[in-house]
Amino acid sequence: MSEGIGAPVKRKEDKRFTTGKGKYTDDIRMENQAYAAFVRSPHAHAKVTNIDTSAAEAMDGVVAVLNGAELTGDGIGNIICGWAISSKDGSPMNMGAWSALATDTVRYTGDAVAVVIADSKAQARAAAEVVNVSYDVLPVAANIEAAIASGAPQIHENAPGNVIYDWEIGEKDATDAAIAGAAHVTEMDITNNRLAPNPMETRAAIATFDESDDHYTLYTTSQNPHVARLVLSAFYAVAPENKLRVIAPDVGGGFGSKIYIYPEEIVCLWASMKTKRSIKWTSDRSEAFLTDAHGRDHITKAKMGFDADGKIVGFKVSTKANFGAYMSLFSSAVPTYLYATLLSGTYNIPNIYCEVLAVYSNTNPVDAYRGAGRPEASYVVERMVETAAREMGKDPAELRRQNFVREFPHQTPVIMNYDSGDFEGNLDQAMAAADWNGFSARKAEAAARGKMRGIGMACYIEACGIAPSAAVGSLGAGVGLWESAEVRVNPVGTIEVLTGSHSHGQGHETTFAQVVAERFGVPLDSINIVHGDTDKVQFGMGTYGSRSGPVGLSAIVKACDKVEVKVRKIAAHLLECNEDELTIGDSQVKVEGTNKALGWHEVGLAAYTAHNLPADMEPGLKEGAFYDPENFTFPMGCFIAEVEVDPETGTTEIIKFVASDDFGVIINPMIVEGQVHGGIAQGIGQAMLEEVIYDDNGQQLSGSYMDYTMPRADDLPSFVVEHHNTRCTTNPLGIKGCGEAGAIGTPPAIINAITDAIGDNSLSMPATPSKVWALIQSSGAKIAAE
Amino acid sequence: MTTVSMTVNGKAVSADVEDRTLLVDYIREHLRLTGTHVGCDTSQCGACVVHVDGKAMKACTMLAVTADGADVTTIEGVANGDLHPMQKAFNDNHGLQCGFCTPGMIMSGIDMVNRYKADGKTLDETAIRHELEGNICRCTGYHNIVKSIQQAAGEM
Ligand code: FES
Ligand code: FES
Repeated sequence: MSEGIGAPVKRKEDKRFTTGKGKYTDDIRMENQAYAAFVRSPHAHAKVTNIDTSAAEAMDGVVAVLNGAELTGDGIGNIICGWAISSKDGSPMNMGAWSALATDTVRYTGDAVAVVIADSKAQARAAAEVVNVSYDVLPVAANIEAAIASGAPQIHENAPGNVIYDWEIGEKDATDAAIAGAAHVTEMDITNNRLAPNPMETRAAIATFDESDDHYTLYTTSQNPHVARLVLSAFYAVAPENKLRVIAPDVGGGFGSKIYIYPEEIVCLWASMKTKRSIKWTSDRSEAFLTDAHGRDHITKAKMGFDADGKIVGFKVSTKANFGAYMSLFSSAVPTYLYATLLSGTYNIPNIYCEVLAVYSNTNPVDAYRGAGRPEASYVVERMVETAAREMGKDPAELRRQNFVREFPHQTPVIMNYDSGDFEGNLDQAMAAADWNGFSARKAEAAARGKMRGIGMACYIEACGIAPSAAVGSLGAGVGLWESAEVRVNPVGTIEVLTGSHSHGQGHETTFAQVVAERFGVPLDSINIVHGDTDKVQFGMGTYGSRSGPVGLSAIVKACDKVEVKVRKIAAHLLECNEDELTIGDSQVKVEGTNKALGWHEVGLAAYTAHNLPADMEPGLKEGAFYDPENFTFPMGCFIAEVEVDPETGTTEIIKFVASDDFGVIINPMIVEGQVHGGIAQGIGQAMLEEVIYDDNGQQLSGSYMDYTMPRADDLPSFVVEHHNTRCTTNPLGIKGCGEAGAIGTPPAIINAITDAIGDNSLSMPATPSKVWALIQSSGAKIAAE
Repeated sequence: MTTVSMTVNGKAVSADVEDRTLLVDYIREHLRLTGTHVGCDTSQCGACVVHVDGKAMKACTMLAVTADGADVTTIEGVANGDLHPMQKAFNDNHGLQCGFCTPGMIMSGIDMVNRYKADGKTLDETAIRHELEGNICRCTGYHNIVKSIQQAAGEM
């Protein structure tokens, strides 16, 4: 069992990565490949009046210069958002057209207007520099407030006032009434800063058109190659699905930003057909800042009402969400069904109402980034509860405890039905690990040194295991969110597992194999996980929303169930016993209580030789399954941060960071803890370091690692990561998912700690030294040297 | 075009390259050693770190012609039959997830352990975190990278 569920098995995939033998998209080279370089708008909003390609075409090595008119002329469709959201009045969302190469208008700096194809990367880039595009510059709306101001420039004709939708959820009148009758009301304005996902591998594509067969192959940095193929076929009309193979080889991180199908992949495919060359494009980091979908960017007003005892009676939230210049693939779902549905947090709140105004602006498209909506919800809820506790003079842990959901299943007023949890157990575990009770002594000791200590917690909850297909379909999703798997037992007993999940750092080659190894009692090394190729895997919805464990593995379990049925039939036939007398394990199938047994490989061999199978049984031993989850899963946890602020400089040091999570059943604790570490680091990045900034003209001022502060090793402490798990009741393995938790729970914990230290609740993210210092100065906060 | 000659992973190599060719492009595109990665264009991320004459260098920040005559080691040249203790430590401690930063991390890790040993200094957690200033990882939160380098420091 040491390799099975719960074992911290070292990763099978590490050897290739630690020896430099990983195969990422940019590592692949095709015969006869040419390179694409995009001509991008330097303006955030402009009419394109002319594109003069003559100088570029005359340059060495240039194969072609292609533009948007040719692209649309060839019937390539506009990029779409796949989730329909309606406004309060029932009207559909206002989706503006997004062509992979702009035709007449550019709407953000970086919008592509043309592409140069050349023999070398350097030649392509040099030629792209001399494509002469004439623009009529238009007024710019570079942020939410500018986009909804009266007289704001109209970004898409069919979105009056730049409004995409004005959506609501919950009971408005009941919530208003509850807050009106509350003994205490906390009100806050809360901003969730815009982030750039920044996987270390930038996006890349290499497309090949095989003229002899009218067939395309696309290698690309995707978290979900089948979804890419689906939209490339069904909506962008690049090629029918049976003529398009999409391969996502090793992918260097995604964090959401590699879910979507971007203009560049579409253009590479189309250009490979136009030029009969393989077309390669690899984003550089500056281009990634300019073109990858960003995350977050909300402005929120929230009101939370409490009765005289401190019970929450109502919660009203009004959020404006920046969508950027175009609606990206899942953008519409992020500030609605992935956000407002989590506003009940870990609490029993009888009345909730949320309205969301989605707006266009002249900035990068915004879509899901690690956590996607749930970090924004957790930040609002946990900042509100913390501030309320301070205002009411209550202990923040006790106020949370008092309002926790304690009985399951629990139906919130905003769709979600929590299946399981022990929220107090995680709170207690985190408080013990953080030595919460010893804090006042540490604060006094710090004060004696002239430092301001603060402690803050956050009890997040998230909805993972995305998602029950019929449920999301009724909410507007354009796809089902099941997962598929196939389990192939070979004649020698080795096993291939083909999964629709995609690993870009999550370690599926190890964890998925662990589940199958335990199930059939075979060695881990005899199992191979295959993913990321539409020609190999039957179908898949990919990896995001912490869904690979709860949904992807459940599909594998379902396929294993079917394999087991056949294994039992074959073994019972050969061993002349009843199927229920058999046990499977230790690489054999054995008749219980006897020494009659078949080796696992003998069953495989029997299935394929087919010399002696039960009557009417088909040869072979391979089964496929589709698993559609019956509910979301609900990982939760309590995070506690302890910080020390230097009032002289405003610098914050994280002294200790504790996480106690409930992930349900854990397959590999080593890998799960790694996921939590990475999520916490990204959460600390959001809370203290990272922010995408545009000036009023829509120029991105934070477009490189000189300007956008990525968390470095010396910005972070080591983390204390603990678990207090309750089994998920709605999937076969009891898994809840762990990939996003760290990014969801961390920002409020950090900001609650820093605001505790400086005594000013108005602090916004990122809590940079200059911002913290200014607040200390203006509020005249003094070192509390009690 | 200029002819450059150097030793890469113990093998003599030579090629005519454009003067502007970066060492990292020479390694990846000419030698097809694709374990050395490119993660940025401003010399910040360290995905490209190789050893030039025994010292860690960002291969994106050096021209191939500058490395003429040098002895270069890339991630592909680190293992000597068995995995290098640093490579093994990353596997033992789950020091990598997507693996993209990993070659650079391993090359920086080996370099820092060598330097601290040569100077007779101890490489504790604070020192490792400080030394990793030029290497960005987006996946691991550095926690297990620090542990990996600590383990290898004890074994090298
Ligand atoms: S690629 Fe060399 S430092 Fe980023
Ligand atoms: S392991 Fe992915 S960037 Fe470090």
